[in-house]
Amino acid sequence: MKKLKIAALASLVCASGLLMSVPATADLVFPSLSYRTGPYAVNGIPYADGYADYMTLVNERDGGIGGEKAQILECETGYNTQKGVECYESTKGQGALVYHPLSTGITYQLIPKATADGIPIHSMGYGRTSAANGKIFDHIFNYPANYWNGASHAVNHMLEVNGGDIKGKKVALVYHNSAYGKEPIRTLEELAAKHGYSLTLIPVDHPGQEQKSQWLQIRRERPDYVVLWGWGVMNQVAIQEAANIRFPMENFIGVWWSGSENDVKPAGPKANGYKALTFHDVGTNFPVFEDLQKYVVDAGKAAGNGDQVGTVLYNRGFYAGFLTVEAAKLAQEIHGTKDITPAMMRDGMEALKVDADLMAAAGLPGFGPEFEVSCDNHGGPGLGAVQQWDAASGSWKLLSDYAESDMSVIQPLIDEDSAGFAAENNIEARNCG
Amino acid sequence: MSPQFLFTIEVIANGLMAGVMYSLVALGFVLIFKASGIFNYAQGVMALFAAMTLVGIQNGQVPFSHLINAVFGTNIHHFGWNLPAIVAILITLVVMVLFAILVERLILKHLVNQEPIILFMATIGLAYFMEGFGDLMWGSEIKILDVGIPSGGSLWLEEKTIGWAAEGSNYYGMYIDKLDMIATVVAILLVISLTLFSQYTKTGRALRAVADDHQAALSVGISLRKIWVIVWTIAGFVALVAGVMWGAKSGVQFSLSLIALKALPVLILGGFTSIPGAIIGGLIIGVGEKLFEFTIGPLIGGATENWFAYVLALVFLVFRPQGLFGDKIIERV
Repeated sequence: MKKLKIAALASLVCASGLLMSVPATADLVFPSLSYRTGPYAVNGIPYADGYADYMTLVNERDGGIGGEKAQILECETGYNTQKGVECYESTKGQGALVYHPLSTGITYQLIPKATADGIPIHSMGYGRTSAANGKIFDHIFNYPANYWNGASHAVNHMLEVNGGDIKGKKVALVYHNSAYGKEPIRTLEELAAKHGYSLTLIPVDHPGQEQKSQWLQIRRERPDYVVLWGWGVMNQVAIQEAANIRFPMENFIGVWWSGSENDVKPAGPKANGYKALTFHDVGTNFPVFEDLQKYVVDAGKAAGNGDQVGTVLYNRGFYAGFLTVEAAKLAQEIHGTKDITPAMMRDGMEALKVDADLMAAAGLPGFGPEFEVSCDNHGGPGLGAVQQWDAASGSWKLLSDYAESDMSVIQPLIDEDSAGFAAENNIEARNCG
Repeated sequence: MSPQFLFTIEVIANGLMAGVMYSLVALGFVLIFKASGIFNYAQGVMALFAAMTLVGIQNGQVPFSHLINAVFGTNIHHFGWNLPAIVAILITLVVMVLFAILVERLILKHLVNQEPIILFMATIGLAYFMEGFGDLMWGSEIKILDVGIPSGGSLWLEEKTIGWAAEGSNYYGMYIDKLDMIATVVAILLVISLTLFSQYTKTGRALRAVADDHQAALSVGISLRKIWVIVWTIAGFVALVAGVMWGAKSGVQFSLSLIALKALPVLILGGFTSIPGAIIGGLIIGVGEKLFEFTIGPLIGGATENWFAYVLALVFLVFRPQGLFGDKIIERV
């Protein structure tokens, strides 16, 4: 009898679990591989909230995407690659249209799996850079910018403030000692050969709580510029240590994953002037945020408590939501059906064209760069901007327009790396006409 | 003096300071292990929890506000006060006493006479529970810790030492972070206080008696449960100090719990039962890893500190398994 009760209880639990996780058949399903726990939760929460809130906004204000409700399937990865793969496996059978892995490690693991399953992946500003080559990576997208674009944007900014000449300058790269942190090295080395600056590589081991040696080295060698390629606590400690040794903040440039409010606030006023790259705007000064307040936050339907709206990482998740919804709309339009499949979603992503009119129509005028995705280019033109932290007002200010990166250096690297991947995996390049 | 020589001195000085920071974490482990034979896996999370509680109380944050608001539909987050640091620290200490009592009542009391591995596993459970409980209580966002501790390089020291190198050489004076200097003073005071407490107070002597022999201590009327509460309270206080010093660098956030990783090689090297061992072990690890990174690091690509600390500890382990100052365990068959 006791065994029977346990079995009945177990069945009930399983059934209720299924009821909670299986979406209604007509829903458009967008899994969210989020991390709300663990050492990187502080960054994972606003991004996941932004992504979820955009979908909620579309559902509440517009009645969904082309009349179909969007459903977020959230799965906790803890920024752990193994858990991320488990999340993919457990959600892919529920109608998943596109994955945002939100981790370079998870992206690398999912590239072969998702390609085999025919489900597109959008690794926005992270992941495998050479996935921009759509001829080889037919299901992987990394628009609007990738790591190598980021490295080039940092160098372009140095060129701009030095009148186009950085020959003889010393540049140090302080990077997370992982696949993610090592991504910009090759590009920075190629650009060093082109522009004549010297590059010093300074790795920091995970988690980066202690960086005394690295910053003593910087103090000794006095580079003209420091580029930061960190994540999590490594960013906060690096900015604090830079302030401690009185390194000029205007010469300290972080990649977009080292440029959120979380990274600069612990250093207080000493972080003033720190710069970071970005591929979208910050703040709430866009019409869509009025709708968000009305339909989502005030209605008590926000994923968080609304206090992160407008921050860098919230807006990044929100922007990811916007790009996903626009691609889904396009997919519906191309295939003439509201109930799209992952293959149709992929077609929508490949045909995506984000221009001023599209952003304005979505209430996001000038929020990000204008770009176009194509069969052979899944990364777009790689436009990016530089933002600067104003400690007094506690906000980021865009310093530049969205500018181009040095594709004359980056494109050969993308071609070389993707060709290597194709050779390793016996992939024949698609004919993109 | 040559700049290279001065840089080496600077690296050693900063290594010593970093070692003190590691020792602050290691001390908490030693206190609990010495008194109860428990390797407290939750020590790093205790540092995080104590620092979160301190910031929360200081800023007047309502604990469990997200939960309260979700359940009751309210929108409360702050009490509207900002307490002076010293008041917040005192209240946090009271919280850590309550925490120690709860740990004893809810966990340790039920595990008396269990194998050390069972107690160790109980502290793993405690660590994961506290991670979630801390987030639920205070939220998971990064909290800025401001208890008035200055940070940044000491200008005074830089100006005094800039003339030590020949004029025109590439030397900018000796760099030592003011925060590290304060941490050193705090660590010295902490060790002196702990030593005086254990040598000259009745409770301290009881602690030492329990550490030496549980059975003998019980036979002369020392309450093991009371001693455990006291030890966990002191470990909670040490965790607060470590949390404040580390949290001042990076803000109070989840990663603070990972500072325990820096304490493990210190414990292996200094021994699990010696307070001076924790200090000396910390200093050796701090100087060793910084010097290695300075001299050998550039030749092999850098980022050597994490693994080198463990290699150094393992070398010591081969020759002195009990650590430099640990008690030698001889078990007769």
